[in-house]
Amino acid sequence: MKDTLGVERPIIALENVEKYYGEYYALRGISAEIRQGEFFSLLGPSGCGKTTLLRTIAGFEELSGGRLTIDGKDMKRVPANVRPTNMVFQSYAIFPHLTVAENVGFGLRREPLSRDEKARKVAEALEMVGLRGYGARAAHALSGGQRQRVALARALILEPKVLLLDEPLSALDKKMREQMQTELRRLQRQVGITFILVTHDQEEALIMSDRIAVMFEGQIAQLDTPQQLYRRPNTRQVGEFIGVMNFLPATATVSDETHIEVEAAGLGRAVIAPDQLPGGWHPGQTQSVGIRPETMSILFPGETTDRRVAIGTVEDLSYYGDMTYYVVRLDGVDRPMTISMKNLVGRPVLDRGTEARVAWDARSLVLFA
Amino acid sequence: MKSLRLYAILYLIFLYAPIALLPIFAFNDGTVIAFPLKGFTLEWFKELLTIPALHAAVLNSLIIAVSSALIATCLGICAARAGTRFAFPGKKGILGLIMLPLVLPEIIVAVSLLVVLLQLGLPLGSWTVVLGHVLMCTPFSIAILNSAFQSLDVSLEEAAIDLGETRWSSFRLITLPLVMPGIISSLLIAFTISLDEFIIAFFLTGTNPTLPVYIWGQLRFPQKIPVIMALGTILVLASVILLAIAEYFRRRGVARTGQADAGGFL
Repeated sequence: MKDTLGVERPIIALENVEKYYGEYYALRGISAEIRQGEFFSLLGPSGCGKTTLLRTIAGFEELSGGRLTIDGKDMKRVPANVRPTNMVFQSYAIFPHLTVAENVGFGLRREPLSRDEKARKVAEALEMVGLRGYGARAAHALSGGQRQRVALARALILEPKVLLLDEPLSALDKKMREQMQTELRRLQRQVGITFILVTHDQEEALIMSDRIAVMFEGQIAQLDTPQQLYRRPNTRQVGEFIGVMNFLPATATVSDETHIEVEAAGLGRAVIAPDQLPGGWHPGQTQSVGIRPETMSILFPGETTDRRVAIGTVEDLSYYGDMTYYVVRLDGVDRPMTISMKNLVGRPVLDRGTEARVAWDARSLVLFA
Repeated sequence: MKSLRLYAILYLIFLYAPIALLPIFAFNDGTVIAFPLKGFTLEWFKELLTIPALHAAVLNSLIIAVSSALIATCLGICAARAGTRFAFPGKKGILGLIMLPLVLPEIIVAVSLLVVLLQLGLPLGSWTVVLGHVLMCTPFSIAILNSAFQSLDVSLEEAAIDLGETRWSSFRLITLPLVMPGIISSLLIAFTISLDEFIIAFFLTGTNPTLPVYIWGQLRFPQKIPVIMALGTILVLASVILLAIAEYFRRRGVARTGQADAGGFL
């Protein structure tokens, strides 16, 4: 979507959006731009304001402050029923007294279309979600996965500019959830509509999204691509929330913009690049480095490496079949860290109490300072 | 265990034997209410057709019952929707006070209403009976409709709004059909309560008595008692049928929204 000057225009722009209920602030100054056609996720623990933000975009909650524009239009005093958004509810909100076809075609009631055209659109929508021939069924007799598909077809039939999904997969069992994740992605590419997904499941967000906004306490902590979020979290909180991250106390000196020197407990001295300080430099703050479990490996007796090596002890381990998770304490560090290792052929599983030589790279460090 | 079963049977006899006597004497060919029975007759039912005062009382009662049922159910819809959807200060207290007439002695309600109406200088009539009956029926309507509204997903109306409907049209298209069994059930129960109610009607009725008040008046004449028995038989039958229909609709409503039955009045 480009404006007259040919500049890329966001489909949704949030400018300092606030929402409070009396004394309680649900959203504290959210600013973000959501691009046309992207799969965008709002990720955070329960109570972080992600659902409230989705509902303000849908028009079910009024803004207490700030500005929300959809496709360049200010949404102030635009009620939910005329906004170019449609929503898939957490409960799916399938109308139980209507058939599948009546549910899917509900949004077409006010459209100036003939009966045949409406019936054709409903059939197309059902086909798209893989429910061909289900039109005449009673909606209350459907399974969880089928209800979800009906809810999707019903929301997409009006060809909204933005599709809002409120934890749509949380009610499904694990297998069905994984299947729907791929299917939602495929559907999003097929229709090219911007999807905004609310989820508390970090794995789901990583798998499905082009970009993710991680929210804590009514604010966006970091807005980035899944890879960037995982590899370069800008705060310890984000690093902890997404996947597993080990933290070690550290001291850092920033001599100039390209040369950052870190002294991390147990690991030693290392020089890191500016992108390894994604949260920026805040003088005076307690410093620590973060490192992901799978970026390290434990060397086995006789194994050599040209990576950096730190020495520690195996305190505990969990054997998962394909992986082993070691709890290792580096010499000179109070808190143990987690290291995950693939169980490759010929690689022995170490015992508790043995010495561990931990290989690591300066590139996988993230500095929080 | 055996004594408990005996107790239960005796209790049921105590509860229903007087009602069972109604049809027995209604078809008995004799003016004295006593055994042995004299023979079968439809005389008393035929006589019912010939009393104009009775017809006026029936008509009056029907008008009052229909009006009370409609008003109580409308109030019940509003209260149940507000109570299940919104949080507002003093909600528990307000709902508690609305439900109070359910347990308040009717005679107290009737006397207080009479005192207030007389103090205000308002004339008594059918409308004052309706007023009293609405007061009595509304708690029942709310209790029935609460269960209908509670089993509704709040997102349903939002989904309809999201798909382009207004607040009112989504209520009409989604909520109303889904709670309709509850509404019908509420109408029938309120109608039955109003039709049978005596104390409030006795205190607040003007010159046109309702059916229960008329029946009470007739009890002074012993020779009329078999006719009253016949009338009572018809009333019992009608009440049972109406309550059965009401319960049928309540259960259907529960089944339709796919919820577990939380139990109704019956």
